[in-house]
Amino acid sequence: MSVEPLLEVRNLRVEFPTRRGTLVAVDDISFSIAPGEVLGVVGESGAGKSLTGAAIIGLLEPPGRVAGGEIRLDGKRIDNLPYEAMRRIRGREIGAIFQDPLTSLNPLYTVGRQLTETILTHLDVDEAEARARAIKLLQDVGIPAAERRIDHYPHQFSGGMRQRVVIALALCANPRLIVADEPTTALDVSIQAQIITLIKRLCRDHGASVMLVTHDMGVIAETADRVAVMYAGRIAEIGPVRDVIKRAKHPYTEGLMGSIPKLGGSETKLAQIDGAMPRLTAIPKGCAFNPRCPKVFGRCREERPEPIQVGDTKVACWLYDSANKAAAE
Amino acid sequence: MIAFVIRRLLQAVLVMLAVGFVAFSLFAYVGDPVAIMLGQDFTQEARDRLIRELGLDQPFVVQYFRFVLAAAQGEFGISYRLARPVTDLLVERLPATLELSLCAAAIALFVGVPLGVYTGLKRDTWGSRFLLTVSLVGVSLPTFLIGILLILVFSVMLGWLPSFGRGTVVQLGWWSTGFLTGSGLRALILPSITLALFQLTLIMRLVRSEMLEVLRTDYIKFARARGLRNRAVNFGHALKNTLVPVITITGLQLGGIIAFAIVTETVFQWPGMGFLFIQSVQAADIPVMSAYLVMIAFFFVVINLVVDLLYYAVDPRLRIDKGAAGGHGH
Repeated sequence: MSVEPLLEVRNLRVEFPTRRGTLVAVDDISFSIAPGEVLGVVGESGAGKSLTGAAIIGLLEPPGRVAGGEIRLDGKRIDNLPYEAMRRIRGREIGAIFQDPLTSLNPLYTVGRQLTETILTHLDVDEAEARARAIKLLQDVGIPAAERRIDHYPHQFSGGMRQRVVIALALCANPRLIVADEPTTALDVSIQAQIITLIKRLCRDHGASVMLVTHDMGVIAETADRVAVMYAGRIAEIGPVRDVIKRAKHPYTEGLMGSIPKLGGSETKLAQIDGAMPRLTAIPKGCAFNPRCPKVFGRCREERPEPIQVGDTKVACWLYDSANKAAAE
Repeated sequence: MIAFVIRRLLQAVLVMLAVGFVAFSLFAYVGDPVAIMLGQDFTQEARDRLIRELGLDQPFVVQYFRFVLAAAQGEFGISYRLARPVTDLLVERLPATLELSLCAAAIALFVGVPLGVYTGLKRDTWGSRFLLTVSLVGVSLPTFLIGILLILVFSVMLGWLPSFGRGTVVQLGWWSTGFLTGSGLRALILPSITLALFQLTLIMRLVRSEMLEVLRTDYIKFARARGLRNRAVNFGHALKNTLVPVITITGLQLGGIIAFAIVTETVFQWPGMGFLFIQSVQAADIPVMSAYLVMIAFFFVVINLVVDLLYYAVDPRLRIDKGAAGGHGH
């Protein structure tokens, strides 16, 4: 990639100290997001995708902490900033959208008050201007009669409308990166597509990059430019979305793709990956996927695979190591 | 909203009628007023006449009705012990109890809420651990013991503050106040602290646990993710969301403070209604007891009504009439 990345995550490690030892929830992952790019992050629950998002916006819940690696925004490190400096970045440079629109808004304030509060915190404008901006934002996210609706309370909006308000809140200081953590999971299927289209359109209009965390491959296929597949705290495969979906390289990604039902497909039975993702307390030696992998061989049980460049994709699998290619085939 | 208020008022009337019934029953089942009034020597004729004059030959329901009617006009009869109208006795004592209770409630609220916020926000500091431990003492020590300990330390050993009474009071119309003189204010300190301590620790612990609860919610996380200042998140967003339960408990506690001022007033010989009540119990002075009962119930009912109305002020979800709610489609 020739463009300077907007966000660069290098060897990020997120740990949870517990009484029975330290849990490594995100283990040595690296990726970058270019300006205007949409990066999808998929994986099963517990794979560490939401924690990666939380680490980027600097809101890991204690005792969780960034234990290693670095996060750079525009080349400047942001993972070790003091709270106040990071607060100025949140909302202003990095916006966040959470999973559940029903609980993301404070029930006691009008949506207008929550919008203007955020705008006034980050931008040098007066009340009237902030309010005008808030109305404009509500119109942008497709809320009808925004001039009137701005004085309504969250409970007066439906779930889909509330997620639109949440998106307006995330965008209200024109951040350059949006971290969207399962933005459609809590919504009706019929609304999901609308919200995804909206996020995509707005981010294109505002020139914002998106890190889209989801477990829904369909959403990724529709929205993302590139996709990172996470498994047990690591990135199994990262690359352009077409390559990953059509020509999955990591056996885990293959399994993931096989488990999506296809319309009009002749197969009656869905493929499934046997077993379950290991607990953080019992991650196997070598490749974390090896106990479930249909193509497992000796080295997988011994050594942890590092990401290997294959075409435009990076894949952490020994199958693609030149020394083992022969052995695998 | 108006329908709600009317409904609550009707409920309040029902509650008052029920309490009135209990208060009225005191006369019928605790002692015989006729025997008390006639004294040692009386004739059957005198007894019958008194019964007729007092209307005690009427059916129970009629008697009850007359009692309620009189009570509604603030008429509770004459004290057996002091031979004065009960209403006058209570009105005389009311300012002392209300001033003490309001001071105690103010202390409980204005110290309890900030301490609760502090211990909720700075959960793992030594300061909040210390406060939590001390608050256990406040919850578990009985009021009379705290009062006696305070008297021992500040009146007997240090000699800083008076150990009993209201000090010098000033009459403002029928209201006697201790707020306007130095000795009146000094006399308020120990009893109001004694009365406040339990409520204070209760409010502090309540605010703390509510804060911890609210700080975990998504909208607080989202408020942080929007980069709002800490002060705005903690006080604007978090504290306001803890207010509904805090208002409920504080309101009920205020009623409790007035009612349970009995112990504190007794310890400090405070000339309030609670002290009057204790003296009346000792003398089986039924009219005072039943009037006190009705009055305390009245305070509770009024406070509850105010609390319900405060919900409306705090929580917009209750404020919207049903027609406008529900939101539009997608």
